[in-house]
Amino acid sequence: MVHFFEVLGIWIGALLTFAIFSFLYKDNPFYKVAEQIFVGLSAGYWFVYTIFFILLPNMYNPLTENFAANWIKLIPALLGVMMLMRLIPSIEWVSRFPIALVIGTTSGVFFLRYLKSDVINQLTATIMNPFSGNNTVMIVGQILLVIGTFTGVVYFYFSKKHEGAFGVTARIGIYFLMISFGAAFGYTAMARISLLIGRLQFLLGDWLGIIQP
Amino acid sequence: MAQKTIDRRWIFLLIFIGVALPLIFIIGLPIETTENVRMVYEMVENTPPGSTVLISYDFDPASRPELYPMGLALVEHCFQRDIKVIFTALWPMGVQMAEDVLDVMRQKFPNKEYGVDYVNVGFKAGGIVTVQAMGKNFREVYPSDMNGTPISEIPMLRGVKNFDNLAFLFSLSAGSPGIKEWVQIGHDTYGRPTSGGVTGVSAPSILPYVNEQQQLTGLLAGLKAAAEYEFLMDSPGLATSGMDAQSIAHLIIIIFIIIANVNYWRANKAEKGGK
Repeated sequence: MVHFFEVLGIWIGALLTFAIFSFLYKDNPFYKVAEQIFVGLSAGYWFVYTIFFILLPNMYNPLTENFAANWIKLIPALLGVMMLMRLIPSIEWVSRFPIALVIGTTSGVFFLRYLKSDVINQLTATIMNPFSGNNTVMIVGQILLVIGTFTGVVYFYFSKKHEGAFGVTARIGIYFLMISFGAAFGYTAMARISLLIGRLQFLLGDWLGIIQP
Repeated sequence: MAQKTIDRRWIFLLIFIGVALPLIFIIGLPIETTENVRMVYEMVENTPPGSTVLISYDFDPASRPELYPMGLALVEHCFQRDIKVIFTALWPMGVQMAEDVLDVMRQKFPNKEYGVDYVNVGFKAGGIVTVQAMGKNFREVYPSDMNGTPISEIPMLRGVKNFDNLAFLFSLSAGSPGIKEWVQIGHDTYGRPTSGGVTGVSAPSILPYVNEQQQLTGLLAGLKAAAEYEFLMDSPGLATSGMDAQSIAHLIIIIFIIIANVNYWRANKAEKGGK
């Protein structure tokens, strides 16, 4: 019986894959059906997920198992209920308080983390002797890193007109940006092809058995 | 003069054939390793046997083709070196991804015992807040594993209180929450060696963390990096089998980019000549 459901699952997966791929030819009912199944399943999945992975383990279970030790969880529960007041127009304003709390705490937490990881540590990594590498490739890479960071930041300085030596530096900065956009596109193309490879490995391996899965 | 265009469906068809045929008829194109992948490999190689590490499966089936082969290769390498692995997930479906990897590993390493050599503590909601809490007190976040067994009854977790007891942290990440949170907390707050594997799409935004500060100790970016890792381990697998297809597809894309640019240049030249 387990084997039957395994085979059925593979067949449903294969047919839905073809239904989605058919959009590449043109829009059609098979694609629409597959798309609607995906949307419906996602909505159902996240609904169940919210109840079983967030509400029950973080609020309901602790409160029912040991109320005395977990009564403080009533405060976030109350804030959650206040958030739902958005659904009632006459008392919609109540929801502003939990939203303000979420925005405030999130900003505080993320400001500190990003300042350290994405600003201070990133800048510190460029403060080095670029000629200290073990080989030529490393030294060239480090020089490019320093020049790229400096000229890239200059390009985003808009309080001075981009002309003369300043303009040339900004121009070099934009070349570095162009190269990084090209690299990003290359990675994106690679990622998309990888997804196609994954699907074809499923179709040719699990479904048709032509290749070793 | 208007530029000549071709129906884009021909390109789709060519890419489809270009990917499918090399999967059936293996060419065996060479695989070169890169510094970032070697750094990850060396990190695992230099981890003493018996150490405990944490691997977080922060992805879902949509990113499986890229990240699952990385997960397989990395866990196999850890098991080969007798490194104990804690599996966790910041994404709910990551738990199943980790279990799929473990299903394969149980066949390859029948002697590895659950609770002694590896444990799956499952998913926990909360993203960065969860990672922060794990750094302080692991047991507070995970009082039990995914099967409900109390942490105190799991032998390999007896000495694990927080990140200080882990040799390194590794995130297989398809977005947020994921590798950024592990860098921000794991490395930048608690100073633990942190590394990861990411999808090709997110690689450009994560690569800057591989720097002098060693915010990340190497990075596996996309299916190519997974194939490089398999090559370093001398254990060709799922990623290696897809590399021929990847190379042929890239070749087709490059040819079309050249054709389109030549076409554009000729149309421009003709337009200027006509004036």
